[in-house]
Amino acid sequence: MRRGKPWAWIIFGLGVVYFMIPLIATFIFSLRMRRDGLSFDAYLSVFGDARFQSTLTYSVVVGILAIIVGVAIVIPAAYVVRLRLPWLRQTLEFITLLPLIIPPIVLVFGYLRMYNTSSLIPLTSSAFGTDILLTCAYVVLALPYMYRSVDTGLRSIDAHVLSEAATSLGAGPVRIIYEIIVPNIFVAVISGAFLTFAIVIGEFTMASLLSRPAFGPYLQLTGTNKAYEPSALAVISFIITWGAMGMIQLLTRFAPRTAARTD
Amino acid sequence: MAETFLSLENLVKTFGTTTVVKDVSLPVGRGEFVSLLGPSGCGKTTILRMVAGFERPTSGRILVEGKDITGLSANQRKIGMVFQAYALFPNMSVAGNIGFGLRVAGAPRAEIESRVTEMLGLIGLAGYEKRFPFELSGGQQQRVALARALAPRPRMLLLDEPLSALDAKIRVSLREQIREIQRELGITTIFVTHDQEEALSISDRIVVMNAGNVEQVGAPFEIYNRPRTRFVATFVGQLNTLSGTVVDAAQRTVSIDGQVLTVPALPGNASNGSPVSFTMRPEAVRLGGGEGDIVLNGKVAEVNFLGSVIRLKVDLGQHNRLDLDTFNDQRTPPPEYGAPVQIGIASSDMLVLGD
Repeated sequence: MRRGKPWAWIIFGLGVVYFMIPLIATFIFSLRMRRDGLSFDAYLSVFGDARFQSTLTYSVVVGILAIIVGVAIVIPAAYVVRLRLPWLRQTLEFITLLPLIIPPIVLVFGYLRMYNTSSLIPLTSSAFGTDILLTCAYVVLALPYMYRSVDTGLRSIDAHVLSEAATSLGAGPVRIIYEIIVPNIFVAVISGAFLTFAIVIGEFTMASLLSRPAFGPYLQLTGTNKAYEPSALAVISFIITWGAMGMIQLLTRFAPRTAARTD
Repeated sequence: MAETFLSLENLVKTFGTTTVVKDVSLPVGRGEFVSLLGPSGCGKTTILRMVAGFERPTSGRILVEGKDITGLSANQRKIGMVFQAYALFPNMSVAGNIGFGLRVAGAPRAEIESRVTEMLGLIGLAGYEKRFPFELSGGQQQRVALARALAPRPRMLLLDEPLSALDAKIRVSLREQIREIQRELGITTIFVTHDQEEALSISDRIVVMNAGNVEQVGAPFEIYNRPRTRFVATFVGQLNTLSGTVVDAAQRTVSIDGQVLTVPALPGNASNGSPVSFTMRPEAVRLGGGEGDIVLNGKVAEVNFLGSVIRLKVDLGQHNRLDLDTFNDQRTPPPEYGAPVQIGIASSDMLVLGD
């Protein structure tokens, strides 16, 4: 163990260098907008751009909606499969992994084919319909992360016995899910929510092909037209993502504690 | 038995091709404390879960006060249950846990609060309202689980091995407390356990189960002293088995490791020279032997000093070894290893068991 320690530090150091150098370089580049020195001009330019505010707001709203819809679908599904239909668990796990296997571009072409103006559900015929479609697409995109977070949460509590205890006290399934299960896996749900948010906020393919004014296409557009702002945007995106990850870490401290004591 | 409160009628439960409960019928009296006792996989927990409504019987009926509840869902049965793993809701305080059933039933806040206080008093945890489960010891958690099950005034109480996860000392004190509370409330209770000492000490009646069947139903005294089958005799308490051969069936003489003795009874099919076996409890075997006893000679093979009781193992010859319990006597030290001893067995304590 002790002999392996220097190697562990070397590998850790290489990893840090590999990940941090591009980030530091990007950050420094983003400060070089002014020729005579370092400044935050690129950031001021980005924050002053009305499209930055509107696209970020749009992505935040769609992200929150995707989280709400995802939570409403995934929690009952994972709960029912874990308690009542355990034989379906592997199938569900496979289905939730599909968004990682199928490229988003394939998914979005599927949506366009299924929900175009001449289909039975012509969601793409209006902006609002396309917003709904994009929200649903993000729910699917975040499914692997949301399902795994919720499933891990269910595994960490004895959902089966807690449900039976609540049932014997007269509670029905809806009450059990929202009063017993959700509060006890809240941190896991929040983790899934922040992962969803982090994915959605910079997503490009789906938003672009569905022609929605999201933050991802804005990043791409700025990248092709400007020099320093894209670097500033990249740093801002990283900060948003890290913020989401930091919140997951912070919230795990508030998880309800269990105690299997024998004394 | 008092008037029948719960009635299990020909209950059968099958999982796939395995039948875990085989045609079990059992009446339980109002206010009675009945234990389902048996080894793992004997079907005792499945019966409890069918009564609770968590499993549906493959066939048979469950009646409470004469009403068929077999098809009723678990949350409509008004049956309280305590689980082995406590199953307290980690996100709720002690008061939240105890009051949960009343909140579900839509009881007014004031009533919930007064009932929670009453229940905490009953389990001896007054002042613990605001604590969370992780702040309580295992015994305290299980007492809260008991209070939670009792708070909504259930029709009956089911206890699924509630003491198994606890340390030995806590187990004894909590089982006494459970029995005290059950008597005080007069609530009909079914208690599942695989611990025979627990079942013997706490129950009005014991149902001994084996491989999905009821082997015997009776009061603890009856189960222990008059077991009807070999399984009951061996599962409940310790049992000595002496094997020998019949010397003269007409005179009821048998040879046990070369020692010829007369026994009170022989199995019906015994003939001269046929093998025969007898059983008896360790406490039915005495050192020395008194008047009218069957007397055997042996050698001490093991001495276990357990405090108030001394357990000896005595070799009678090549084939038989007997366990013998004797009370500790401060004036007389126990026999030493290898010492020759004479043992006596009252003929009335010898059990001739069917299979």
